[in-house]
Amino acid sequence: MASVQYDAATRLYPGTSQPAVNELSLTIADGEMLVLVGPSGSGKSTALRMLAGLEPLDAGRILIADRDVSAVRPRDRDIAMVFQNYALYPQLDVAANMGFALKQQGVPKEERMQRVRDVAKLLDLEPYLDRKPRNLSGGQRQRVAMGRAIVRRPQVYLMDEPLSNLDAKLRVQTRTELVELQSRLAVTTVYVTHDQVEAMTMGDRVAVLREGILQQCDTPSALYHTPANRFVAGFIGSPAMNQLHASATGPLLIGGADAGISDDLGGERAMIGFRPEAVVIGTGPIAARIRVIEDLGSEAFVHLVIQHEGEDHRLVAKAAAPFAGAVGDNVQIGLRGEVHLFDASDARRATITV
Amino acid sequence: MSGQERGTTLGVGERRIGRISLGLLAWIVGLVWIFPVGWTVFTSFKTEQDATAQTLTQGLSFDRYREVSSSTEGTLSLATALSNSLFVVLVSTAIVMLLAIPAAYALAIRRVPKWRDLLFFFISTKFLPVVASIFPIYVYAEKWDLIGTRTILVVLYTAMNLPLAVWMIRSFFMEVPRELIEAAEIDGTKLINQLRSVIVPISAPGIAATALLCVIFAWNEYFYAIQLNFANGSTMPQWVIGNVDTRGNFLAKLSAASVIACLPVVLAGWIAQKRMIRGLSMGAIK
Repeated sequence: MASVQYDAATRLYPGTSQPAVNELSLTIADGEMLVLVGPSGSGKSTALRMLAGLEPLDAGRILIADRDVSAVRPRDRDIAMVFQNYALYPQLDVAANMGFALKQQGVPKEERMQRVRDVAKLLDLEPYLDRKPRNLSGGQRQRVAMGRAIVRRPQVYLMDEPLSNLDAKLRVQTRTELVELQSRLAVTTVYVTHDQVEAMTMGDRVAVLREGILQQCDTPSALYHTPANRFVAGFIGSPAMNQLHASATGPLLIGGADAGISDDLGGERAMIGFRPEAVVIGTGPIAARIRVIEDLGSEAFVHLVIQHEGEDHRLVAKAAAPFAGAVGDNVQIGLRGEVHLFDASDARRATITV
Repeated sequence: MSGQERGTTLGVGERRIGRISLGLLAWIVGLVWIFPVGWTVFTSFKTEQDATAQTLTQGLSFDRYREVSSSTEGTLSLATALSNSLFVVLVSTAIVMLLAIPAAYALAIRRVPKWRDLLFFFISTKFLPVVASIFPIYVYAEKWDLIGTRTILVVLYTAMNLPLAVWMIRSFFMEVPRELIEAAEIDGTKLINQLRSVIVPISAPGIAATALLCVIFAWNEYFYAIQLNFANGSTMPQWVIGNVDTRGNFLAKLSAASVIACLPVVLAGWIAQKRMIRGLSMGAIK
């Protein structure tokens, strides 16, 4: 077990001008589960591969357990990786797949088999130990890939979208199992995903990346309630945060109506953002029309259109289900809860509770 | 994923007549293709008179096979030619594979600088007409006392097949999923183990196909054999030609010898084919 530290780690792919990972600095505590999240091309996978030793660093350092591993081969970093497509050795059976790394380390056969059996028991893989990967279901393959990592007892687990090849239901189930397993094993884990729900539910902390630059790294709750900038605000949370242009000075008008928000930003205000649950339908100063109603049973997302600064703008509101209203209805809406104000450089400058 | 056979039933909107005429055409082309082979096999069972006259009056027999396989004093015997061929083919193919696998790794997986140029250089050696290279080869072979030995053929067949093997194995190595090699790297494999326990087993069908092609090319090679090796190390193609008789009819005997020379490679190809095709297509679908 060990801490992991990225120290201004940079990776510039040959032939490109913009670094895939740009001066990433990040400290992951011993036993922590850190999720790297971002849209495709954000550099999250590259960051993981740099930690694995599969990509070289062009600048900066990476430390595992306070040891600089920047120039250390993957096999000497004492890490285990779970790949998106699992990367199971097709010619080996499950037991041999799980014991492969131990065999390379020269662990005696008896001990190897014992450790494989222990992990197989932990993951309910015992009946499949002599099967080839091609004779397993997707979920079983995923567990074998996990098992292969666990058997090694490495200092750090690296997981590159390990759940994305599972169907939706199994994914949610496996997600919970994985979190449970990780906290039980208490091994430092770096987990990459593009799915913000996965990131929010799994990470002790979540690091949001965009175009190779770290936007914010914090607990899921902090990301949700105090996003560092408009990108994080929009990326975290589903449906996404509503964002509207806000006049720099004067009273803050939404849809022509005074939203009743006062700030002390002194004219640096540029955008206003609020989450769907901060929109109240039925009462309020803002006139809106219902576009679509998504009733999920436990709650309903109501998609609205308002006239804001002379243009149609779409908003999403979260309401209790069943929702009493119909598509095309004209309703009054108001804000109640957290409202975020961003400046012209997209940084969050204030959060006001109304 | 589905195990259902495709393409055997009538496609949507296809006419039966169209399918039948296509099938007929395929059969005709196939028959034209196989005709010389069939003719040779047929002729090998005839008597020399029948063979020369293109008739069948004296029946069919195995006599020609008996004649060609019994050795006469002073001529190249089947047993000698066969053992020479086997030696040259197997040794050269083994060397080719031993050299080509690491070379392919360096060109496909951990690419050396200028790998494109290197790859082109390999294949460019195949552009030269063989005749152009024979003179210098002959000069050096004579200088080093290699004329008429099996060694010179081993060397030449290795050189002849190596570019092809490197190219083929490289393309099979390219198909090995990148993540598998990375997983092996993280799992702690050293280079030799990576090849031995991950890359080679996964591309085994392709490597087998490559080896078989090398065997076939080396088995069939005639030009170098006749130029450099007219004495002790003569191979099967030379033995076949040895059955050409200056004093009479030899068509049936030649046919029999040809069939014998073809049999091993045809057999090897036939046995290997089924497994190789299955193995190759298995890699393509995840």
